[in-house]
Amino acid sequence: MTDHTLPAVLSDEALARESETARARIQRRKNMIIVLRIVVLAIVLGGWEIAARAKWIDPFFYSQPSAIWGQLVEWMRDGTAQGSLWRQVAVTLEETVLGFLIGSVAGILCGIVLGRNKLLADVFSLYIQIANSIPRVVLGSIFVIALGLGMASKVALAVVMVFFVVFGNAFQGVREADKYMIANAQILGASPSQLTIFVVIPSAMSWILASLHVSFGFALVGAVVGEFLGAKEGIGLLISTAQGAFNASGVFAAMIVLAVVALLASYLLTAMEKRLLKWRPVDF
Amino acid sequence: MSPTPAIEFSNVSLRFIDAKGNATVALRNFSMSVARGEFVAIVGPTGCGKSTTLNMATGLLKPTVGEVRVMGQQVTEIDPRIGFVFQADAVFPWRTVLQNVAAGPQFRGASRKLAIEQAADWVQRVGLGKFGNHYPHQLSGGMRKRVALAQTFINKPEILLMDEPFSALDMQTRTLMQDELLQLWSGTGGSVVFVTHDLEEAIALADRVFVLSARPGTLKRVYDIDLPRPRVMSEVRYNEHFIELSRRIWADLREEAVLA
Ligand SMILES: Nc1ncnc2c1ncn2[C@@H]1O[C@H](COP(=O)(O)OP(=O)(O)OP(=O)(O)O)[C@@H](O)[C@H]1O
Ligand SMILES: [Mg+2]
Repeated sequence: MTDHTLPAVLSDEALARESETARARIQRRKNMIIVLRIVVLAIVLGGWEIAARAKWIDPFFYSQPSAIWGQLVEWMRDGTAQGSLWRQVAVTLEETVLGFLIGSVAGILCGIVLGRNKLLADVFSLYIQIANSIPRVVLGSIFVIALGLGMASKVALAVVMVFFVVFGNAFQGVREADKYMIANAQILGASPSQLTIFVVIPSAMSWILASLHVSFGFALVGAVVGEFLGAKEGIGLLISTAQGAFNASGVFAAMIVLAVVALLASYLLTAMEKRLLKWRPVDF
Repeated sequence: MSPTPAIEFSNVSLRFIDAKGNATVALRNFSMSVARGEFVAIVGPTGCGKSTTLNMATGLLKPTVGEVRVMGQQVTEIDPRIGFVFQADAVFPWRTVLQNVAAGPQFRGASRKLAIEQAADWVQRVGLGKFGNHYPHQLSGGMRKRVALAQTFINKPEILLMDEPFSALDMQTRTLMQDELLQLWSGTGGSVVFVTHDLEEAIALADRVFVLSARPGTLKRVYDIDLPRPRVMSEVRYNEHFIELSRRIWADLREEAVLA
């Protein structure tokens, strides 16, 4: 009883002491999570390495962390069979970013135009669903046939991958714009274009940003698959060459390079999202 | 008083056609005339067409039969002289208080700087001076309502339409807001149409109270509220005449509630 009774007066001093201990506790927890994450990584990679060395799994097919690391170091130091590693990353990144930008801008524009028009919306909503559910990667073959082995076919595939996702979300976001808010803006004096810029787009923004997150990954998949299907350079080609040479370590190493690219992009997009959506309440 | 009324409904009926094609009559043979500078309240059971009436005055809805005139002209589009305070929260969550209030002048062509200057003045007037840079989610419901009031008043509407603007507020805040409203209104000389569920609110605020019948809404009776102005919300409800009026109108409404 004596220990847990609250102090009669909450002095500033006592409060300061309490937030001091609270801060220390929060910091300890953060550190512990970081340590645990490292432990998990060490167990997975270590287990894999041990399993491969003990021949529980065949390193020829499944590779091993040390070999993958060796491959990465070799690529970085000596370059790959098709040129320097950075060149491959740059090529794939360029295709991805181009496809992402074209696809998302087009998707946002179409989504807004269709979302604002009831008839077009009713007609096209069915096709959006269909387009979103068919595996669009297959179109990559068509693009390679039609546009050749250069950059155009990869960008085209990335655009198609991105477009429908962003389009679908922008469309949905526009349709969900609150009708009272729209009426309010109209009565306050907004013209149709002001209505779109000041009300419809901001209210669709959280939908659009959510889709941008997913679709950068899609653009990357589009670019890599495009390269896979036929290309002269890029990470996708690196993977298919490694596959052809039964070089499992090469495939994994390329995968890691892609993962780093994707993580960096996701980090940038999150930062942008935070900035654009700072008006939103934080989650409970 | 000017001979042309601010708002005039003559024999208006409206039916809705829903997505399945079923027709519902929301309002039948409704007539109402609001003089310039007059404060009119509309009460009636839920679903009787009160919001519908206001929407027709803005031009957001068109009457099926009959005619709606604003300042003597038939309503064809949104009239810039009208202001509307919505029942639901309709402030823009991605704009700060100042930006929200500045929206009207900005939409109407004022420069950003001028709009923000005017908005600062209005934000001050509704008592949110310290909250200009807050976002709506950082405010309480009553504060958001004040933002909505400032947002509407900054356009200096000659006709102010309000759809149960205070129904979501607690008693104290509501009384405060009602006083604020009367004060803002008395300075403008504009007309007000105020829709509410709350009979006492209607009597306390208005010059005339229109009572609608249950769906499909028709005008049941109009009461003149000859209480002296200026009125103080916290006191007017103890006035004997107020109590008498309130008893009579209640009797009318109770019949309707039973029918509905
Ligand atoms: N868009 C619509 N489509 C079909 N029917 C509608 C539509 N809007 C309103 N109604 C119907 O019209 C009638 C009147 O609606 P209104 O919103 O004017 O009622 P109200 O008097 O404002 O009610 P409350 O006091 O609950 O706000 C209701 O019965 C409602 O069902
Ligand atoms: Mg209503």
